[in-house]
Formats: sequence, structure tokens, C-alpha cells
Amino acid sequence: MTAAAEGSQPLSLGRRQRTSLLQSEAAQGFALISPTFIYALVLLVVPILVVVAHSFWTQNYLTIDRTFTLENYRIAVTEPIYLDLLRRSLWISLLVSFFTVVLAYPIAFYISFHGGRHKGLWLFLITIPFWTSYLLRVMSWKVILGYNGVLNSGLMGLGIISEPSTALLYNTSAVVITLTHAWAAFAILPIFVSLEKIDRSLIEAATDLGDGPLRRFLRITLPLSVPGIVSAILIVMIPTVGDFVTPKLVGGKDGVMIANAIQAQFGKGANWPLGAALSVTTMLVVTAMAASTVLIIRSAARMAR
Amino acid sequence: MTAIRNILSRWLPAYALLYVVFLYLPVVFLPIFSVNTSPSPKFPLAELTLQWYRDLPNTPALIDATRNSLMVGIAAALLSTILGICAARAITRYRFPGRRAINGLIMAPLVLPEIILAVSMLLVMLQLGLELSLVTVVFGHVLVCIPYSLSVLTSGFEGFDRSLEEASADLGETAFGTFRRVTLPMVAPAIISSLLVCFTISLDEFIIAFFLTGTEPTLPIYIWGQLRFASKLPGVLALGTLLLVGSFLLLTVAELLRRRAARRTQNAGGAFA
Repeated sequence: MTAAAEGSQPLSLGRRQRTSLLQSEAAQGFALISPTFIYALVLLVVPILVVVAHSFWTQNYLTIDRTFTLENYRIAVTEPIYLDLLRRSLWISLLVSFFTVVLAYPIAFYISFHGGRHKGLWLFLITIPFWTSYLLRVMSWKVILGYNGVLNSGLMGLGIISEPSTALLYNTSAVVITLTHAWAAFAILPIFVSLEKIDRSLIEAATDLGDGPLRRFLRITLPLSVPGIVSAILIVMIPTVGDFVTPKLVGGKDGVMIANAIQAQFGKGANWPLGAALSVTTMLVVTAMAASTVLIIRSAARMAR
Repeated sequence: MTAIRNILSRWLPAYALLYVVFLYLPVVFLPIFSVNTSPSPKFPLAELTLQWYRDLPNTPALIDATRNSLMVGIAAALLSTILGICAARAITRYRFPGRRAINGLIMAPLVLPEIILAVSMLLVMLQLGLELSLVTVVFGHVLVCIPYSLSVLTSGFEGFDRSLEEASADLGETAFGTFRRVTLPMVAPAIISSLLVCFTISLDEFIIAFFLTGTEPTLPIYIWGQLRFASKLPGVLALGTLLLVGSFLLLTVAELLRRRAARRTQNAGGAFA
């Protein structure tokens, strides 16, 4: 820790002390964060580079041929099956992030502006369901939406339908419902945080200047909460694309997503390079989609102001 | 205008209530159907029974999976909290170039699809010739736990007043004494809270464990295997109920501790702030 201080040039005393102090502070900070940083490098950055490398190679039964090729990408973006899966996954994750954010916003707004003393309790109440086993939550939706499920028997009990509907489970909307539920807290929290940061005197000023509640909301609260909406979208949209549990349990044939294909390549299919190319393509495309969504929202917010 | 005010004052609380119902809806069915004699989950319930709970301790595979999960969870919680402490302390206490970038990298697993993290770690581990086991699962879990640990710890460390440590040193306390009697009591709640949160995440994590485990299953992998058999469902629901209660207790303790930590260091920021 003192190495940096000892190595500094002999300058005039005051300056030397200051630079050595700065250097040693930076060095100490680095030294302290380096174990975590190195961990992230070794288990995150290196593996992703390895995946990218694999995506340019070819699988030869049990060995991997390391000559550069774009064949995997050609398959990933031209094979109708992968294209369809990718398109459907993007569509599902777009829907899921739209619904989670739209449904979460009023809750975050309510807690932030009307939560009073119980803000902490509300947040706790909202996060609790998300700590229960993910598999079991998906399973519960299967129980709710199934042929003999809770919703069907409830609707029949009320006389709304005469026989159980098969339209509830094993399709895209079942996947969307389950994921919208699964990611709710991840949308509420960032939006809540950004609403909390809004200076309340701005809203008072708008009221004093004669803005009604709706105008006030559209011109001040909503634009200022855009950072929260943006991080909510990022935090929901990107991971959603990579889910293979939900599609497998409640998606049926129509709900299969790209992650199921990726999983197959690393399991039974055993074509790592193709799986790697599918992963990289998915990541790039979903990042592009998330980035453009964020851009659209930001420019809309700028126009609103 | 009055119409909007009406919406705000009347409909917003109603919506909030409805939303909470939506959030808890799938959760409440676990305990309900876990005490039902009929293996198929539908209303009306056949008869109440605790049989599914009594069967749990007599399932050796379940006991093994539980033991595996506990070991993985404890190891992952310890390791990610230690790494989280280093990072949180560095970020809240020191300014250095690249701080934001490094922080971003450490938090990145939070916004990456888990399947991508899982398969990329799998490739590296297989290339390195590592045998897949519970150890590799721990490595994977630590990566996804660190962002949560870092958030909890940063919020606990942020308002930390350095002058208290300096005062203690000035008053003649040794470095270790200062750490034990000043620093530790102030940060301990945040550390325990981080341990509990990481343990809970690891206990519930499926995708990474699914790819990185060898022959020994963790609890979620055991549950995944059971989900294929309709007749095993009530047992899974009973297990799920127990897990639910367990996680709830752990997280309540974690939350209370985090609040206490935040109060002690005069910091009102939430875990995700």
C-alpha cells in the first residue's frame, strides 16, 4: 500500500505529500477492489470472450475445430427455426417489459407519493414474493392457468364459462403473464428510487403556476422518472430473453424461446459453437432492442418537457 | 381536475391492493394445495392432510439435495460477502480512476441473461478441465450474488463516518481495537444482511446450478426433476411451502438488520437505491 508513496518523485514537500497521498489513495482503492474485480474478470469477462471465440469455431463430434468460420452465424440468422425462436423471444421480452413497467409505475408512484411512513413496509411487502423459489412460482402459474386449474374452476363456478378453457396455458400469453409477474419487483424498485429523487418543490412550483394534476404529472413527474423507467426496462428486457424455465413449464409448443434452443445445444444437441453463436446473436439483438427502446423513451421524455 | 384527484385518492390505493394480490396469488397456492389429499391441485380441496409434509424427511434424495444446497448456499454467501465487502469499502471510501467502470462490471451479472452467464462459465470450466461439482456451482453463484451483496453493503457503508475511527485511534485504541469496537459494530448488520440475502439467492438459483453441477443436485434441481411427475406435485408444494417460510424468515431478519445498519450510519437509502 505504501509502495506507490515511496515510488513518487521528490517534489517540493507540500506537492509531494499531496501527490503521494492521491496516489496511495488510488492505489489503496484499487488494491481493495481488485479481488472482486479479478473475480468478475475471470468468471464473467473471460467466459464471455471464450463464448465469442467458440462461436467462430466448428464442432467435430467430440473435438472442436478451431479454424475461423462464420457458418454458425449463418445458421443462427438464416435457419427459420432459430429466426422464429429469436423473433418470438424478442417479442415476448418486449411485451413483458412493457407490461411490467406499465403495471409497476402506478405502484411505485403510489408508494413514493402516498406511502407516507410505510414506504419501507410497502417495498418489503412487494419484494417478498420474489424471494420464493422461482421454479415454484412458475409451477404455481401452471396450477392457476391449467385445464383443471384455479382460474378455470373459478370461472366455471361463477358460471362465466361452461367448460374449462384450454386457451390459458401452454401458449405465449401464459409465458408473458408468468414473466410479468416474475419481474415485477425489478421494475418497481428502480422506478420508485427515481420518483423518490424528484424534488417535491418542483411539483409545488408547477401547482402554484396553475398546472393541474395531469399536466403536472406529464411535464414534471413522468419526465423526471425516466431514468427509473429506463433501468427498469434494461433490467427486465435483457434477462427475460434468456429464460428457459418459464417457456418449458408453461409455454407449450408456441411458447418455446431461444434460450431453450441454446440450452439444447449445450445439452443433448451438443453443438457448443452453434450454441455460442446463438448466445452471442441473442445478446447483440436484445441489447440493440433495449438500446433503441431506451432512446425512444428518452426522446419522448424530452419532447414532453 | 376533480376527476383526476378522485382517481388518485380512490383508485390508486385500490390498484395498489389489487397489484399486491396479483403478486401474492401464485405464492398463496403453494401452502393451500400442499395440505390437500388429492394430488391434483384444484378446488374444492378434497381433504386436509399433513401427509405430504410427513413424507418429506423420508425421502433420501431430498435430504441429499438439501444438504448440497445448504453447503453451496453457505459457501456462496461467505465468499460473495467477503468479495462484496472489499468492493463496497473501496467504492464508498476511496476515489480512484476507473471506479465507475469497475463497479459497472461487477454489477453486470444483474442485467445479463442467466443462461448466457451459465453457458459461458460452463465452457471455461470444461476447457480448464475442471470437474463439474458443487464447487463449480458455488463459483457461479458467487458471480450472481456479488451485485446484491454490493448493493446491500454499499447502502450500509455509505454514511459511515470516518471521523469515528479517527477519534478512536486518537484516543489510543489500536488498529485492531478500533476495528473491533468501532468499525465492526457499525457495519456488522449490513454484513449479516448481505450474508442472508446471498444465501437466499443461492438456495433458490436454478439456471446456473443446472449447467454447472455434476452429479450432485441442489434443491431447485431436485424440484425440477420432481416437476415431471404429476403425482409428486403435492410433495413439491409442501417442500416449496417450507422453503417459502424459511426464505421469508431469513429475509425479514436481513431487512431488519439492514434498516438498523442504515439508521446507525445515518443513511436512509434502500438496498437498491
